[in-house]
Amino acid sequence: MNDQIIGWSRDQMAERAAQDIPDGAYVNLGIGIPEKVVRYVPAGREVIYHTENGLLGMGDTPEAGQEDPELINAGKRLVTAIPGAAYFHHADSFAMIRGQHIDICVLGAMQVSQNGDLANWSTGDPDAIPAVGGAMDLVAGVKTIYVITQHCTRSGDAKLVANCSFPLTGQAVVSRIYTDLGVIDVTDDGFKLVELAPGVDFDYIQARTGCPLLAA
Amino acid sequence: MINKQISSIHEAVADIHDGATVMIGGFGEAGSPIELIHALIDQGAKNLTVINNNTGSGHVGLAALIENKRVAKMICSFPRTANSTVFPELYKSGNIELELVPQGTLAERIRAGGAGIPAFYTATSVGTPLCEGKEIRAINGRDYVLEYGLKADFSLIKCLKADRYGNLIYNKTARNFAPIMAMAATTAIVQTKEFVEIGDLDPEIIVTPGIFVDRVVIVANPLLESDLVKAERSYP
Repeated sequence: MNDQIIGWSRDQMAERAAQDIPDGAYVNLGIGIPEKVVRYVPAGREVIYHTENGLLGMGDTPEAGQEDPELINAGKRLVTAIPGAAYFHHADSFAMIRGQHIDICVLGAMQVSQNGDLANWSTGDPDAIPAVGGAMDLVAGVKTIYVITQHCTRSGDAKLVANCSFPLTGQAVVSRIYTDLGVIDVTDDGFKLVELAPGVDFDYIQARTGCPLLAA
Repeated sequence: MINKQISSIHEAVADIHDGATVMIGGFGEAGSPIELIHALIDQGAKNLTVINNNTGSGHVGLAALIENKRVAKMICSFPRTANSTVFPELYKSGNIELELVPQGTLAERIRAGGAGIPAFYTATSVGTPLCEGKEIRAINGRDYVLEYGLKADFSLIKCLKADRYGNLIYNKTARNFAPIMAMAATTAIVQTKEFVEIGDLDPEIIVTPGIFVDRVVIVANPLLESDLVKAERSYP
């Protein structure tokens, strides 16, 4: 027996986020659900995808027989390059990020605090192997940071919290969060509901949020 | 006459000494100079400090260099990868040192090292555990952390085409760290799939000018890390 599904699926979360990516944007997508955003950008918009290992104009997964193990994305998956794409070395790639040339970055999260702090690289477990990749560069340098994440952890803990308990990736960097339950903005007054997913009401999402949520 | 071509891959890495700092190009397997790394394993230098984005996968290439106990310290941004078990086991048992650096800071530290810039300020890692103990300076109202340039005694990199001056071009996203590592190393050692005549590379499209390159060795059919991992190969 399945639980009744309330709210958005992973694909629907990506589809909802894609609506907010404007024509002409240069966008970096994190690993996981953010990668799905590329499938849902509305027709008529031209968006250029950056992958920090050194490609602007990242395209879809290659067809069988067209794979090149030296054409990959930051998640080390095989990708393609669109006509008009450019390759560059790592310092140039991160100059695009750190020099504030990338417009939007969509990332996953372990926790987001009400002032926009993001934790998405480490639980702080001393036995874990620490690994950070480009996450800290992205949040420090990209103009607009969106997060796509399940509203709660698998064990039901809130991921939208008053203060992050995990080590931070960056301070006050997130502007909008897309979860399975709705869309939430980070404002000067804290989390503010923008939109509820189907079947979700305010009390339901508030009960699953670790701090007060302002009504839409 | 200038001719940076070295006929033997073993000769190309012969003078890498114990305790050397070695930058190794590649992001995952893209751009990983497997043959040069294997030649370094054969050569025997140990107590190395290695700079790479990752720590290799399976039991070949960089993972094999680590597994053969040649590496005392890794400087990298992401030491965990699919099929990466060698580094995690040594790290957990306290047998290898790790300096974790955000990926863009790592790239910029290498670029700065190659460009003669001893240090720089960046917003990356401010307010996180990775800036602890580092100098923070407010510039125009924003906090930045001081990071130092990185240099190396040697770099090992892979390219698509090279000429005898050491001019290089790369294949797609295999370029990644190679151009900046060529700049930042005292001795840049390159394996190339193709060796071309002077003048064959259009000056407008040369990515690494030969001034940054010291040795070029031809590896016409480089192995792919993923093929070796899939076949469960180990080196040596």
